[in-house]
Amino acid sequence: MKKCRRCTKPATLHVTEIREGEAAIVHLCDTCAKEYLEQRPDDTPPTIGSDLASKLDELIGAVHSPASCPNCGISFNEFRDSGRFGCSQDYPEFLAELLPLLENIHEGVEHKGKRPRSTVVGTQEQGQLIQLRNAQRNAIEQEDYETAARLRDEIVAIENAVREEKPKKTRKKKKPAAPE
Amino acid sequence: MIPERPDNSFCMAELARTSGEWLRGDGPESDIVISSRVRLARNVAGFAFVTRASADARFQIVQIVKSAIQHEIQNRPVHHVNLESLSALDGQMLMERQLISRELARGDGPRAVAISEGERHSVMINEEDHLRIQVLHSGFALDDCWMECDALDDQIEEAVPFAFHPQLGYLTACPTNVGTGIRVSVMVHLPALRLTREIQKVHQAAQKINLAVRGLYGEGSQAMGDFYQISNQVTLGKSEQQLITEVKEVVSNIIGWERRVRDLLVRDKRAELHDQVARAFGVLTSARSISSEETMHLLSSLRMGIQQGLIDNLDLATVNELFIHTQPAHLQTLHGEPLETAERNNVRANYLRKRLNSSSLG
Repeated sequence: MKKCRRCTKPATLHVTEIREGEAAIVHLCDTCAKEYLEQRPDDTPPTIGSDLASKLDELIGAVHSPASCPNCGISFNEFRDSGRFGCSQDYPEFLAELLPLLENIHEGVEHKGKRPRSTVVGTQEQGQLIQLRNAQRNAIEQEDYETAARLRDEIVAIENAVREEKPKKTRKKKKPAAPE
Repeated sequence: MIPERPDNSFCMAELARTSGEWLRGDGPESDIVISSRVRLARNVAGFAFVTRASADARFQIVQIVKSAIQHEIQNRPVHHVNLESLSALDGQMLMERQLISRELARGDGPRAVAISEGERHSVMINEEDHLRIQVLHSGFALDDCWMECDALDDQIEEAVPFAFHPQLGYLTACPTNVGTGIRVSVMVHLPALRLTREIQKVHQAAQKINLAVRGLYGEGSQAMGDFYQISNQVTLGKSEQQLITEVKEVVSNIIGWERRVRDLLVRDKRAELHDQVARAFGVLTSARSISSEETMHLLSSLRMGIQQGLIDNLDLATVNELFIHTQPAHLQTLHGEPLETAERNNVRANYLRKRLNSSSLG
């Protein structure tokens, strides 16, 4: 894991500087990379670096700003500021932006450990439940109890469907069939 | 069925007088390793993560997890503690005992912790993630910790579906925990390496292979009393077993290193070492006012003195317990009333004198 040279965040940009014929690699996080690329005296002509800074701005703007999670409403920029996601749906939602970050802080991007015994609730159902719970809360706040009750039934229906899918104790060895 | 709201019947004053099993001072390598811990971060599928979940949703999560744990973890009775209605002092006390994090103690809204008798298992509910499942053992016992934590995770998962992604593993609020969600940590006491200023090399060696070295109370805390926590940082791309093996290897090397330096100190600088331990003993058994920081520092010398046979009639368990009992919240709970800093320092000195009275210098 490479950390940013200027702060403690994970580095996402790796710049090779050539100074007097010597190459040196500088690791920077997004924020520091932007500052780094913008650093040049006013009288010098625009460099590749300064062009990159504005490109980076455009890219970050173009890729991240419009997108926000349909379930919890968090944007990728908000996540970057706080370092915390709002719901499990954010992972598939921002996967493309997230993968380089995960590569930096972990030893790969494929989970290699334990898996839940039971059927995992599909990400679609997980997202649906979060949305329904939010809508239910809003309905209660607006004293629309009819809608709230309908939403509650929908939540229960999804929860029950999930439970029915769950196989029981899949890891345990099956008992041998009784002799006939 | 969802049980009623927790009522904190767990008696805090009673808890303060005892100490958790992890402080017994036994288990493998307990001259240097205080405790081993494995914790798993998990989130309940279908709910927003804690920071984006409504108070109502967080309350539901507490109920769901409580219901999954019920009244027993691996044949040990469980106490459910409601953090929302717990006093700040009691919260701090649970933190001092390593049962909850600072974040959970100082957070707000519906949150709880389930603690098994003996304090070996604890499940924090609505910390950074919906669940933080922890197993704590005395000495160097990571495999036992993992075995129990894995089983407890299975027990809860029987009733609670966890947020999981086929590629990324268990999904957590912070991507630094995603994948296995595991944090493997070992608390070591390294007075000799600190004394000889070799501790910096421990930091460097750990950093090289992505392990963190932190103070007694984890992230951001100082290495008071020469206690250091060595833990993994990577959680994705390696299995739990691989991560445990890595930490085990590094800690084994550090143990060997600390022992060698201790032996060298005893061989080459016995008089100085004896003097340092004797002075620490002198202050701890005669001071009338002493801060928490100074206490930790001196107890650290005492602990090393016991190992090297420089003190009689004092066991590791007692010194380990004193480290916790002289912390601010424990001291106030044992005393029975809140105390200002100056009063605390007096009470701490009295307490230490009383506890160390029967010991003598070797």
